[in-house]
Amino acid sequence: MFNITQWSLKHWLAAALLVFFALFPLSGDLFYTSLLNRMIVMAIAVASLNLILGYGGMISLGHAAFIGIGAYSVGIPAYYDIYNGWLHLALALIGCGLFAFVTGAISLRTRGVHFIMITMAFSQMAFFAFVSIEEYGGDDGLVVNGRSEFFPFGDIENNVTLYYVSFIVLVAVLYLVYRLVNSRFGGVIQGAKANERRMRAIGHNTYKYQLTCYVISGMMCGLAGALMANFSNFISPDMMGWVRSGELIFMVILGGSGTLFGPLFGTGLYLLLEEFLSRSALYTFVTENIAFLNDAQPWVYWQLPFGILLILVVLYARGGVDGFLSRWGSKNG
Amino acid sequence: MAEPILRCSELRKHFGGIVATDAVSIDVAEGEIHAVIGPNGAGKTTLITQLSGEMFSDSGRVQFRGRDVTRLPAHRRSMLGLARSFQITSIFLDMTVLTNVSLAVQAHRGHSFRFWKRTDTDAELVEPAMAALTQVGLAERAGSLASALSHGEQRQLEIAMALATEPALLLLDEPMAGMGREESAGMVETLKKLRGEKTMLLIEHDMDAVFALADRITVLVYGKVVATGTVDEIRANDDVKRAYLGEEGA
Repeated sequence: MFNITQWSLKHWLAAALLVFFALFPLSGDLFYTSLLNRMIVMAIAVASLNLILGYGGMISLGHAAFIGIGAYSVGIPAYYDIYNGWLHLALALIGCGLFAFVTGAISLRTRGVHFIMITMAFSQMAFFAFVSIEEYGGDDGLVVNGRSEFFPFGDIENNVTLYYVSFIVLVAVLYLVYRLVNSRFGGVIQGAKANERRMRAIGHNTYKYQLTCYVISGMMCGLAGALMANFSNFISPDMMGWVRSGELIFMVILGGSGTLFGPLFGTGLYLLLEEFLSRSALYTFVTENIAFLNDAQPWVYWQLPFGILLILVVLYARGGVDGFLSRWGSKNG
Repeated sequence: MAEPILRCSELRKHFGGIVATDAVSIDVAEGEIHAVIGPNGAGKTTLITQLSGEMFSDSGRVQFRGRDVTRLPAHRRSMLGLARSFQITSIFLDMTVLTNVSLAVQAHRGHSFRFWKRTDTDAELVEPAMAALTQVGLAERAGSLASALSHGEQRQLEIAMALATEPALLLLDEPMAGMGREESAGMVETLKKLRGEKTMLLIEHDMDAVFALADRITVLVYGKVVATGTVDEIRANDDVKRAYLGEEGA
């Protein structure tokens, strides 16, 4: 990957995207810096899901639970005016690690649809647990009054500082995933996805490696959750609903599951579409001119063209954006 | 006679009302090629899955190198030196031929909780993997995707993956399955070269191959052992002819 002479189109695009991310705040445009920051934080969560789903074949419909746990690891201490970022970080990593270990140990005894259902069930349990805690706002959520402080480095109160911290975490997570999937550990994970029976026959105890992978992925996603709480200054159980988990899966698929840069492409495209489709001329035309849509909540209907677009991507661009770029790149160069 | 490397005694397995393995006892001696033959549905593949540990027997015992492995799962038996190949090719199609084999090597080089170092340049994995590929004549295809191999080559890859675990005993489930005459002959050559080096339990329909390779043969019919003996003894056995070749063969 670091040999520039072997780069193909997708490598160049990913590099360009990362450089763009790195330089954008210099423009001083706060609105789009904020949009990109959200994109970066989501990309961390999507990269973590891609590790288990794309590389490991573990299709979890409960991954947003880790975003929630990571977010509450910041929000609950902040509620008590404790803004120690190291504590937030430790809580997020330990909380997500433990949750992943316990739920993963049980979920990984199942396969296929059962795995999907059981991971979703666990995340819904986490969801309702936070809904039921009145002290922390229940389903109304919780306002986070101040951001994490990382003594002696300082705080991330400044939006640009938070942006760069998120960016560094994203790059670190992508690099970690890159090392993992090319290591012996990654070999077992990918082998178990491709042909678990054969892996056992050649002597691999796939279960313990899959569980480890699940824990690593959960902790990574916890980082995204902690950043998200700092970014939005507001947390609620909605962050961990199963619909959120579904969106994460969609971003993985859209970008190209089981590819290094897929999460970057998938998250970027998904959030851009969400942003622009909901404000597009077509959308405005439809909502203003079709009578029965007139008094509808606007955000409900932009998802219609969005849905159709996503179906087309899944049908016609197999391998997602990454796959598309690979094919296009090999055809033209 | 020395202690057999594999001894199974009184193995039974039934699925609902169907008895797949009915009190099967087989001894495989160190260094021999022991063929198990029998008509379709005789329970040969079921027997292999019981021996490899993918399926536990309802009753009976499996001893491997003097150790009772009856309750050990497949990956633990693999660690002890028991390897199997699959009748229906079971490889990692999206990976290169080399990666397929190096995953098998890796399983026997300590744990795989190694998160950082690249595997594709790791000599500790690549060299033994290439050695196994050389043994089956696939060395020059190492860089190809497994899915790009011909059927015959994929069957050879099956064997290479089993060999790469450095087994003491190879359980080969119809290695010639689906092969043409020429490919079969190639596989027989490959296995002949391994004779003496590896003990093998060979399930095979191709009688030419069985007679060319086997030291001893066990005949399985409807889950029961009908006869065990040398090639000549089995050829002369009337029970076998009746059961295996039909009445008119007797």
